[in-house]
This record gives sequence, C-alpha cells and structure tokens, in this order.
Amino acid sequence: MTTAPQATGRQIPDRLMSPTRRALKSWEMLLFVVAVGIFVANSLASPYFLDPWNLSDASFNFTEKALIAFAMAMLIIAGEIDLSVASIIALASTAMGAAMIAGAPVPVLVAVGLGTGVLCGAFNGLLVARFGLPSIVVTIGTMSLFRGLSYIALGDGAYTGYPAGFGWFGQGYVWWVFSFELVLFALFAVVFYVLLHRTNFGRAVYVIGNNATAARFSGIRVDRIRFMLFVLTGLMSGIAAVCLTSRLGSTRPSIAMGWELEAVTMVVLGGVSILGGSGSIPGVVIAALVMGLVTFGLGLLNVPGIVMSIIIGALLIGVIALPRLWRMLRK
Amino acid sequence: MQAQPASGTTPPVLSLRGISKSFPGVRALNGVQLDLFPGQVTALIGENGAGKSTIVKILTGIYQPDEGSIAIDGRPVQFPTAQAAGDAGVTAIHQETVLFDELTVAENIFIGHAPRTRLGLIDWAAMEAEARRLLTSIGANLDPKVRLRDLGIASKHLVAIARALSIDARVVIMDEPTAALSHKEIHELYELVETLKAQGKAILFISHKFDEIFRIADRWTVFRDGQFIAEGHITDVTEGQLVQMMVGRSVDQIYPKRPARIGNPVLTVSGYCHPTEFEDIGFTLHEGEILGFYGLVGAGRSEVMQALFGITKPSKGACRIGNDIRVIRSTAQAVEAGIVYVPEDRGKQGAVKGLPIFQNVTLPSLSRTSKGGFLRLSEEFRLARDYTQRLDLRAASLDQDVGLLSGGNQQKVVIAKWLATRPRVIILDEPTKGIDIGSKAAVHDFMSELAAQGLAVIMVSSEIPEVLGMSDRVIVMREGRIAAEFAGDAMTPENLVRAAVGIEEGEAA
Repeated sequence: MTTAPQATGRQIPDRLMSPTRRALKSWEMLLFVVAVGIFVANSLASPYFLDPWNLSDASFNFTEKALIAFAMAMLIIAGEIDLSVASIIALASTAMGAAMIAGAPVPVLVAVGLGTGVLCGAFNGLLVARFGLPSIVVTIGTMSLFRGLSYIALGDGAYTGYPAGFGWFGQGYVWWVFSFELVLFALFAVVFYVLLHRTNFGRAVYVIGNNATAARFSGIRVDRIRFMLFVLTGLMSGIAAVCLTSRLGSTRPSIAMGWELEAVTMVVLGGVSILGGSGSIPGVVIAALVMGLVTFGLGLLNVPGIVMSIIIGALLIGVIALPRLWRMLRK
Repeated sequence: MQAQPASGTTPPVLSLRGISKSFPGVRALNGVQLDLFPGQVTALIGENGAGKSTIVKILTGIYQPDEGSIAIDGRPVQFPTAQAAGDAGVTAIHQETVLFDELTVAENIFIGHAPRTRLGLIDWAAMEAEARRLLTSIGANLDPKVRLRDLGIASKHLVAIARALSIDARVVIMDEPTAALSHKEIHELYELVETLKAQGKAILFISHKFDEIFRIADRWTVFRDGQFIAEGHITDVTEGQLVQMMVGRSVDQIYPKRPARIGNPVLTVSGYCHPTEFEDIGFTLHEGEILGFYGLVGAGRSEVMQALFGITKPSKGACRIGNDIRVIRSTAQAVEAGIVYVPEDRGKQGAVKGLPIFQNVTLPSLSRTSKGGFLRLSEEFRLARDYTQRLDLRAASLDQDVGLLSGGNQQKVVIAKWLATRPRVIILDEPTKGIDIGSKAAVHDFMSELAAQGLAVIMVSSEIPEVLGMSDRVIVMREGRIAAEFAGDAMTPENLVRAAVGIEEGEAA
C-alpha cells in the first residue's frame, strides 16, 4: 500500500466508494425498507388502506409537521434546536385570527401568518446568534412565551369564521387526490434537498454542526447562518400555521400542542444526529412517510391515540437501536 | 525490588508479536512487535502516523488488534476492554491525561477501584489515607481532597501517575508526558521515572524529543508507517541513526531556508491595540519575506495574529494591505483581503473533523468552486487534488474523514485549505508543534518555497532553532508589546531570549 516515503505528489483517489454504493448502504435505505414493510403490512391488515383517497387523507397526518421538520433538520445539523415551533404556530394562528376579525382579506391573512413566523424565528435567532445563548434554553423560554401570548389573546375562546377562500390551503386539491398540502410537502422536500445538499449555504450548515470554531476560523459567518436558520424555521412554522388553521377552520391557543417533539422525532428518525453535523433531507422525507403510514394504518385498525404515541415512541427507539443491535449481533 | 541494570537475560514483562490493525482505507499497524522489560524504560520512536498511538490504544484495551498476540510474563492475554488492561496491570498516562476535573485528587486516583467498607460503600477515610501515601511516595505534595480543576497540568500528571501506582501497574505507558510541562516540572518527572524504574515497573515512553529519550530511556524501538523497523539498547545508537530509521532517509538539512528576494510591503500594521491582550503593535511585512514572531507563552503573539485575521477586534489601530487601508472585522473580510491564518490548535480551530478532506480544503474557496451559490463537486475535487498533492498529503482518498488522519497530515490539509484561497499573507501559528521530524521538514521546505514565490509569511514559533533557521527577520514580543526586532547577525539565541524575558543589554545575564 502507500508506504514509500520518498515519492512526492502522489495521486490520492477522489473516492473509494461510489456515491451510489454509499447510498445503498445508508441509513436512508434502511429506513426506506422499513417504510415499504409498513406499507405492505398495512395493505394486508386493512382492505381500506390501498384506496387513493384514503391515502390522500392520511397525508394530512404528516405534511404540516414535515414542513417544520425540514427546517428543524437543518437547525439540528447545525448543532442548534428550536422547541418553540408549535408555539409559533399558535401565535401565528392567533395573529391571523385577529386579522380575520378585523376584516382582512385572504392574502393579508397569509402574509400575517408567515410574517408572525418570521418575526418569532428572528427573535429566537437574535437571542442565540447575537447574544450567544444556548438555543435549547432560549426556545424552551419562547415556547412558553409565544403560546402564552396566544392564551392572553384568546383565553378559553376561539377565532372561527375564516373566509371561504382561506380554506383552500388546508382543504383544497391541486389535481385529483393531490391536496395543496401534499404538493407543498413535495415542493419543499425538493427545495430543502437542494438547499442543504447542493448549495454553499448547506455546506456551511454541516461545517458549523461539526466544528463551529473551525468554521469561524475558516471565514464562515457562523452567527449570520445560525440567525438565518432560525428565521427559516420560523417561516416554515408560519406556513404550517396557515395550512393547519385553514384545515381546522378555527384558532384555539392549544393548536398544534406537542408538535415540536413530533417534528424532532421525525428529524431524528430520519437519521439526523441529535448532536449535529450529519443527516439528510431524504432521510427526513422517508421518516415523515413512515410516521404518516404508521399513524394511518393504526387508525384504520381503530387503535386509540395514546397507544399510537406509544407505538411511535417504540418505533423511534427501535429504528435508532437497530443498526447498533445488528453490529453487536454480528460480533 | 531493585533496579535492574540493562540486561538481555531478563524476560520481558509484556511482549507483543505480529500485531496488525486496519481502519477503513488505512493500515495503521502491520505485524509490529514490542517488548517491555521490568525496571527499564523503552522509548517508542516514530513519525506521526507511524502507529504509536494505535499501539497505545491496543495496550490499553481501547482498540482490538486484527491479528497478533499479547503476552504478559509469557502467558497470552487479551484486552477486550480498558478494564481488562487495567486488571492485567497496564496503565497509561496520555498526552491529554484522562482525568475528571470535577472530582477530587483521591477520587481520581481510585475511580473504579475505590476501597470499600463492609457494607459495600466507599471507605473515604481509607481512600484519602491511601491517596496521601501514594502521592508522598512519588514526592508529590498534594492534598487528596482538592478538586482536580484547581491543579496545574504538572500536578495533574502526578495524579495520573499516582493512579497508575494505585492499581499496582506493572506496565506504565507515558505518551508524550512532558509536552505541556515546564523545564522544572520535566526534571521532576525524570526523577519520578527513576523511582518507577527502581520499583521494577516496565515503562513505555513515547516522545518526540531526542534529548529526553537519551536522558531517560534504556531501550528503543522504532516504528515507521505502521511497521516495526528495529530495536536495541540506547547506548548502542546515535541520534542520527534513529532519525534515519524513523524517516527512512537521512534528514541532512533541517532548515531549508532559501535566500529570499524581499519585495514591496504587503501588510503594514500600525498602532494595533486590544484592551487586555496587546498594545501598540506595528510592523511591516514584505513580499517574499518570512517574519518570525518569538516570545514566551502568553506574550500575546497569537492574539495579535487572531486580531489581524478578524477573530478578535482591535480597539485601535489600522492595517494597510497593498494600497488599501482596512479595518478587519471578521475572518471573512480577512480572507477577502488575502490574509489567512493557520491556527496553533489544529484539532479545534483548524480541521473540521467529521467532514471529508476535500470539503475541508475547499471550505474558504467555495465562492470559486461553486456557481451562483450551488456546489460543483467536480471543481471541488479538482482544487483539493491540486493542493493536497502539492503538500504530499497521505490519505486513502479525498473523501476520507479528516479526523482519521495523523496530526501532521491534518496540518497539511489545513495549510492546503488556506493556500487554495491564493492568499497574499499567510500566518502560521506554531506550524510544527507536536508533529514529527519528517513532517516538520516538509512544512519548513514548503514554507520557504512559498516565500520564494513571493508570498509574505508570518511564523509564530516558540522554538528558537526554528525561528532562527527560517526567518528573515524576527520580532520578539513581551507582555503584549513588541520588545525588539532583529535581523541579520543580530539574530542570535541570546538576543531573542533576553528580549523575551526582558533583560536589558548590559544587565547581568
């Protein structure tokens, strides 16, 4: 092998393993096999599963959460986290409700929802990037803060009576069984794939997650990128708020309760290291499908919600532990 | 027990035969052997990447060898865990000693094997008494109840050694134990090694410093590129022979400084101040020049360089690059202006471990390899191939994780990364610290080549031979200020040291 010390300028091969072979041996591939397995099991367990309209309905289980999970994946890869996403949805939805009462038309409602998300994200980002506070602490704080504001505005009440045109974002169909939300999910899957895996920005996210100090010593504007990631997460939460509010047709302060953990679950199930530095968007996409399929399949079998969350938890631990168990058994 | 004079008849305590270990793409060890004798110090010598750290990890149960056998007193053993190695009487004092800052000295010494009361609880009184006894036996005057974080690095080493004695170790591995110690502390360590020898311990001593090897070792073993080269008694070998065995060729000229053609000023710094670290720094750097920065640790040299590179902001002062006056506020601006910095702390500030080599190299050059913000992998590989070849990097592939490379090769990746930005000024902060003679010579050679091509080089170094051998001019810093500047015949070791410690000309030397 390479031992001759005199030779200079030796050629180092670019890669030892082709990208295709690496993809076949990846986590995403394993997860894909799990997804196919669940799909087959579901179609055998219930005769209603393979109906296109049923499957389309089932996609609402994960589309909104996945929109947040895409941005969350980038944040976690960069070594940060945002636990306030569900509370951002509550605040954005409340702001839209207030605008609706004031008589704002549909485009303004959407702008209010997205704008609130961006502002909340910017607030988180400012505290983390500018003042150097740990993101887990900051966003636990803003998790209470944002939802708290929503409770102050609404108390036990609710905003109802959104205009008819507003319903399209959560209930409309673009073509045949393909809902607006499903199309949005596919669109953002591609956008985030390109952003994380094909741009300089995405590369910087990985670098920061692996070694933020070395990133700074390499001329990367670490704080600016961290800030942008929080704003992006806020924006995606705002989009999720528009979809969810439109689908439910009302706003309550308890809207999207607990979604932050479901988004994080999706991200981790998708193979993103919770310590930062590694993971991929395809992984998160497949994880979203897995979670959606399991929830829907169990729903068809009339499994109660509590049992469902137990099963999702077991699935998460099982899938994460699988590769390790496999390695231990082979030894 | 008593000291065993060097004798060939004593059987080894620990004996390794035919040990091999591979990692993805790298054969770290290839059928090596090693013998350690009671009451003797064996120096393990080799370049970075020769396999020294791997053998230490195999001996301490962290890695499992792919092939080969380990024997203690002639009986084959295996170390599947660190615990097993400890139970067999093998203990290590690492470069970065693995101790627990938040625990007390006594707890650190006895962690994992604390004396117990009959109820199975920790017997604190016995533990402290025993800790005190062990510390006294090695001449360390430390309070067992003190928390470790309140101790200096030298005292921490003593705790590590006391720990080694507490498990009744028969084999003690010292992996560059003097790297972080002062002169006085090093001598105390030597005395301690003598004590351990007298107690009949077999000691494996890993060091890059030849004076130290010849001072305390009884035997030597040389590894090169994961292979066993030779072994013998220290009295039968010369420094030159060892170097030749290490690098596989003779290192005839250690400092390959070429006569430089010094051109126009590139960088002019004036009145640079920082609230706490440095004051009134001013100098001019020219094309083709290597400017040395010498000083004691803590003189503020790295801080000045990091301010020039935009890591910290100066409170006052300006710098002129070419014809533009600029205030550098961020590293991104420094890179744009053509100033780059190869940091002293490779692991934390230099290499991004976990990412492949090519991504490390292209990191600050992404604006050139990409198009409209989108990555172009073929361009990245082209750039990485080009610069890693120039530096003679040794790696399995450009897609390999930088963290798997040896220290010297990681340094080459960091240097390649900065050269790829085509800088005007390159600042090298302790560029050869902790890397072996072969890689050192490669870095020096490359440095003079860069200067010959017209690049302006600043080299911060604490090694006088390196500063004198490589620099055209030397600035000495003391307590955050420029104490003196020397060029030509005035560049002598005496002048540098005087200026660094603050002895004026004519005062008693």
